[in-house]
Amino acid sequence: MSDGGVRKQLGNFRELTAFGLTLSYEQRAALQTSLVLLMSEYKFKRVRFWGKILGSRDDYYIAQGISEDEMRDKMSLYSFNCVEWYVLLPATEAMLLDVSIAAKGPFIGDPSHEYEHTERRRKGERDEAVVEEVTIKVNEEKRLAATVHTIDKEVSVVPRGAFIKSPHGVVQTNRSFQGLSFSEAGKLSCFMHFTEPQNLKKKSVLEKADLEPSIDFLDPLSEDIPKGSWSLQFEHSSRVCVIRSLLWLGLTFFHVPMTPQHGHIYMGNGLKNLDLPFML
Amino acid sequence: MESERALNNQREQTAISFKAFMLKNSTKSNINLYDHLARLLTKVMDERPENVVDVIEDMSLEVKRELLQDMQSTLRDTPLASAAQLLAKQQKLLFSRGGDGGDREEELVETPLPNVSELSYYLEQAGVGLGREEMLRVFLALKQLVDSQPLAHCRFWGKILGTEGNYLVAEGGYREGEEEEEEGREETAEEDERDPEPQEEDEEAEVMEGIDPFPSSNYKPPPVVPKEENGTGANKFTYFVCSQPGLPWVRLPPVTPAQITVARQIRKFFTGKLDAPIVSYPPFPGNEANYLRAQIARISAGTHVSPLRFYQFAEGDGEEEEEGARESFEENSDFEGIPVAEMVESLSWVHHVQYILQQGRCKWVNLADKPEDDFEEADEEEKQEEPDEPEPEVGPALLSPISEDTDVAGTSPWTSKMSSNLLPQFAIAVLRSSLWPGAYAYASGKKFENIYIGWGLKCSGRGYTPSIPSVPQQEYPSGPEISEAMDPSLEEEQALKAVMEEQRAAQEDTEGLGGDEEDEDDDD
Repeated sequence: MSDGGVRKQLGNFRELTAFGLTLSYEQRAALQTSLVLLMSEYKFKRVRFWGKILGSRDDYYIAQGISEDEMRDKMSLYSFNCVEWYVLLPATEAMLLDVSIAAKGPFIGDPSHEYEHTERRRKGERDEAVVEEVTIKVNEEKRLAATVHTIDKEVSVVPRGAFIKSPHGVVQTNRSFQGLSFSEAGKLSCFMHFTEPQNLKKKSVLEKADLEPSIDFLDPLSEDIPKGSWSLQFEHSSRVCVIRSLLWLGLTFFHVPMTPQHGHIYMGNGLKNLDLPFML
Repeated sequence: MESERALNNQREQTAISFKAFMLKNSTKSNINLYDHLARLLTKVMDERPENVVDVIEDMSLEVKRELLQDMQSTLRDTPLASAAQLLAKQQKLLFSRGGDGGDREEELVETPLPNVSELSYYLEQAGVGLGREEMLRVFLALKQLVDSQPLAHCRFWGKILGTEGNYLVAEGGYREGEEEEEEGREETAEEDERDPEPQEEDEEAEVMEGIDPFPSSNYKPPPVVPKEENGTGANKFTYFVCSQPGLPWVRLPPVTPAQITVARQIRKFFTGKLDAPIVSYPPFPGNEANYLRAQIARISAGTHVSPLRFYQFAEGDGEEEEEGARESFEENSDFEGIPVAEMVESLSWVHHVQYILQQGRCKWVNLADKPEDDFEEADEEEKQEEPDEPEPEVGPALLSPISEDTDVAGTSPWTSKMSSNLLPQFAIAVLRSSLWPGAYAYASGKKFENIYIGWGLKCSGRGYTPSIPSVPQQEYPSGPEISEAMDPSLEEEQALKAVMEEQRAAQEDTEGLGGDEEDEDDDD
């Protein structure tokens, strides 16, 4: 794909602007230029603008390069000015754990900022317990990587049928995807989590009977817990189907029914809405 | 030759029979493979797509689909008015120019409408907004509002997202005197609502007294903080909401201090329906319209800022009233505008909406003074309360700089930026609140504006801890006669018996026969 992909994707922002998220013209122009270069430098098949994480001093702009497999071969990069991009390390289990313990409060906007957390841990048996002070240090770059990874894992959305799994297990865009119909677009069950399925294997044979293995290899949004963690609306003169995550406030997905246009973007402060159960 | 001809004949036969097979119509779809392939190949020839072999299945499917649509055309489509169509019909009214030429000229002279294109241009630079087309629709809707209501001024306040619908919020102020009618009606309505309750209770009490009197409750509700008058404090402006541009605007009721106090303690999403109940603890007095109004008041008080020295207190006004109580200000005609770099560096912004006190009002009111109540009660209360007259709550004064705001989770509640780093000469200053995510302000020269687009929720920095329900009231005064006691064990009973007998023996000594009879009874 040439730079047309980037242009098309940035064009899609037109649809998203109606929901309060915009990039200024300067940033949009910069992205059009730099994402094309990014694609050729890293030999990505496709680059998509992932979103923006607001920091109290500076904002992170995040792009994602996609290689052969649309779902698994991803690489995230961040930038402050939409021109120079830095690679984010892939998130590991240990990193996610450290970040979840240490990183609190809003993002700052400085990748080298260190979050510290000291906690007392008991070691040994009851009688000879030694209280040890453990300090966990995490810098903001790692926190960013972990946050991007978590958001991707928990709330990235695609319409059903937009991606297919080939017999080799590679996930690719479905070229014959013509968009959901209006009635389908009103149902959460027609939208899928674009990540490794968690509940699919647990389904009974009866439930699996209706699923088409090349399309239904993902978990639908309708099975999320708690119920109501998504807000689905038709906006833009009822022409565009918009889904917002209430778990990660700032994640917006749009799909224009009867066309293959869809996309999601995150623009928020990078904090998970842990109060969700109280707010419904 | 013969054999060759026969072979040819045989081949032809096979071909013909295979063609016949392909021409056989499907019992399901009534099409045959031969025609289908012909159509498919024609399509390939017409379109000549790249890598045909990869997409031939899709194309085949598409050809079939097209065919099916033709077949189904015997049924006539019912004209179905979708939501989109209905909305488009509503919105079409926005684009019609009503009135005569003369009227329009008048409007051009003194309209309370803000300059639409300028605002949307600046917001775009700041990286907020709803997109140009939507913004234009919003402003046309504002025009509709101004035409239908006698507003002195009007601006687009922002957009609040909900789970099922969104609210577009307009802020307006009525021209003096023209608002009164609706005003009065509302208040009487509220009184009507309030009055019947105690009466009913009284009646019930009277009826019940004849049968068996209930213990009277000694619970006294805490005094209600009076609402602020329209045009002052948290009710300085009137707010109108609609869910989509083009739909009718709904006026929100004025906010009461109790609503603000409870709204501070709860965390709920908006649903998008104004009459939806708010299920929460502590219970919210009112429905979603009241909650929305309370949140709007809180957001305005927290995030509406203007460049330093843009507004000033009216001269002479400050002296008369006491410290911090100044409520009115006027535009500073000498204001020259602050250079953008300076605005960004030094946070030269001030709040121009009054801080809402803990009490839920902008101007503190002393609840201990109660001239209107019954004299006896009032006297008693005064006696009790006089010794510790409550301290008046004082918040930050009007037009206090934002640099004095308290920090959120260790960081400043404001993020200040220039809209462009590459062309700082023409950039504008942008301010973002981290306390109310979604609140923005921009300033360029003498122009500034505030807007809010978000969920209407405050970012506390910490997790929300719901308040614990209060302890249930005691049903009975607990005492030894109703509390349950352990059954005595055999040893205890015997010990008691022994003690009783001793006592009886002692009694017998003094009184004589009375005890013996009882003893006999016991033995039986």
